Amino acid sequence: MKFPYTLKLEKRTDDVPKWLPAATAFGSVIVAFIISGIILKFIGGEPLRVLKFFFSATFGSWGVFSDTLVKATPLIMVGLACAVAFRMKLWNIGAEGQFYMGAFFSSLVVLIPIVPLNSTPKFVVIGLMIVMGMIGGAIWGFIPGYLKAKYQVNEIITTLMLNYIAIYWNNFWIFDKWSDAGFQMTPQFDKVAWLPRLSDLAKEFKAFSGITLHLGIVFGIIAAVIIWWILERSHWGYQIKLIGDNPKAARYAGLNITRNLILVMMLSGALAGLAGMSEISGVVHRLQERISSGYGFTGIIVAWLAKLNPFAVIIVSIVFGALIVAGREIQPSGLAFLLQGIILFMVISSDVLLRYKIYIVRSEKEAA
Amino acid sequence: MNFEIILHAGLATGTILLFAAIGEIFAERAGVLNLGVEGMMLFGAMAGFSTSLATGNAWVGLLVAMIAGGVLSLAHGLVTIHFQADQVVSGLSLTFLGTGLALVLGEGLTGQNPPLIPFVTIPLLSDIPFIGPAFFTDHNVLVYVGYLFAPMAAYYIYKTRPGMHLRAVGEKPSAADTLGINVYGLRYFYTFVGGMLAGLAGATITLAVSPGWYSSQTTSGQGWIAVGLVIFAQWNPLQAAFGGYLFGFLRRFILDLQGPATLLGFANPLYVNSNYGFFLQMMPFVLTIIALVWGSRTAMRKRLGAPAALGVPYIRGERGL
Repeated sequence: MKFPYTLKLEKRTDDVPKWLPAATAFGSVIVAFIISGIILKFIGGEPLRVLKFFFSATFGSWGVFSDTLVKATPLIMVGLACAVAFRMKLWNIGAEGQFYMGAFFSSLVVLIPIVPLNSTPKFVVIGLMIVMGMIGGAIWGFIPGYLKAKYQVNEIITTLMLNYIAIYWNNFWIFDKWSDAGFQMTPQFDKVAWLPRLSDLAKEFKAFSGITLHLGIVFGIIAAVIIWWILERSHWGYQIKLIGDNPKAARYAGLNITRNLILVMMLSGALAGLAGMSEISGVVHRLQERISSGYGFTGIIVAWLAKLNPFAVIIVSIVFGALIVAGREIQPSGLAFLLQGIILFMVISSDVLLRYKIYIVRSEKEAA
Repeated sequence: MNFEIILHAGLATGTILLFAAIGEIFAERAGVLNLGVEGMMLFGAMAGFSTSLATGNAWVGLLVAMIAGGVLSLAHGLVTIHFQADQVVSGLSLTFLGTGLALVLGEGLTGQNPPLIPFVTIPLLSDIPFIGPAFFTDHNVLVYVGYLFAPMAAYYIYKTRPGMHLRAVGEKPSAADTLGINVYGLRYFYTFVGGMLAGLAGATITLAVSPGWYSSQTTSGQGWIAVGLVIFAQWNPLQAAFGGYLFGFLRRFILDLQGPATLLGFANPLYVNSNYGFFLQMMPFVLTIIALVWGSRTAMRKRLGAPAALGVPYIRGERGL
């Protein structure tokens, strides 16, 4: 039997309408929610109740919205980290490890301690932690960058392996040297190493009491502006994009691909490291296990869904921050993961709409 | 520490990587890079485990695991072969999808005891000194399947006509197309084969080598190691089998290092402070990176490489590979 109608794909020759990328991204998320709902129904859940819960638990009040933004904060930075690497077609899947290394290095400021904590002003301590966090992440980005540049080792695998290595490395220190009385975490950091929170202003503004939103989100927004500027306005950004889109042309143009490759991996790592620092200093206030709820991987989806646009990364991060907040309480626990996978699939499938026009045509009788 | 035991255990754990890596070799030889191995493995591990639990038959579990992995891989196939989506991103989303599905559907499987794949000793062969006890004694059946499967896969790829078609589709799809080889069809087929083998690898964990369901810890990154192994093995099933077994031995060897109180006459630091074990746990991942560097150097020397059309979608009637 043959269907009376078939889909006909025709390559786009004209420019893609401005609204279409955003529409397909939005549409993908909606379709992904519907598919997940069907799966949830299938395994005996109540999709509508979960959906209602999802909204009330993430955007329902200022308190929970602040939780959503707190979860969005590391995602913004990790999403930017992925976006900048992906722009050069460098598949940095290691943001998770770079996040952990950033957290570890910034914790050194407090744990060694690098500066005397009771006599150093807060902004110096925080500043040092930022620098150390970015260095930690950059080192973890340098390794795969160098191996790819020098030995053409596939960065997907190396960055992934380095994720595991970073987590075990982190575990060693929190289980051993800096364990707090045998617990799997370091003692709580001195208040001087805490990023300012809105709740610190609760005395002046009553509305801020219990609002845990911290300064990290500002880092994220600043980082987004800087990355946007680098990619869209600077000479370096032009090189990055050229190498990503057409490495052959870039080589003929005499661009130093090796150097750019390593630098972009380091920049990407530094951004993920900054996310780790912000999480340590703004939320957990100590080094411990599982400081990341898979931010490094969610960042990949965030970057892709945002079509590698730094400002879109901020918006998408908030949506995914909400997913993480709700995901902590939604059962079964793998559901958030599943939803992320489906969303990503929908997004990449919908890209076909950007490259092709699709018509429904009456199928012709084929001569056999 | 007993070398024979390490060898014996290494062969069993190596079998997991063997199946997963050879599956990925089939897909990549056809030009489809599928990074979703970890997700397909976990999904297969869960599907096999729960089916064996429900039906009381481990073989049915194994079959369902393979189908599950294969079906999941078709999502990747559809998106990359027909929609020409980026294979890297699609593979990653497959990992998320497989992991998510496995965790959602695998809720409540922890602590269950389904029937497992039987362990057998091969008569006669097991009597060979040293080799017999390590290779042919008291292994689960899948280990023996692995012994046969790797050379068969190599023979198929290098010596048979369908194997030649497979390589042609991955090296120069446009030429294959003009010869009347169904490029799209074969790419789907080998993506499916890769998914089935990843599913089998997953079920090898839960139904044979280390029985049980430990949610995402079940595979603990072995799917990714398998992907790395493919590059190390230069897309050759025999080398992949060798690499898989090597990894198996090293994993077991590293575990056993923690046992004795003294090593070569010195106090064993791993025994004194078990936290040093974290460094041992890093080793498989460090070794994968080292193997990749080593592999890429020999590949450069011998000018061996990935299938030319790996990761490149084929669009009929357009210029390209």
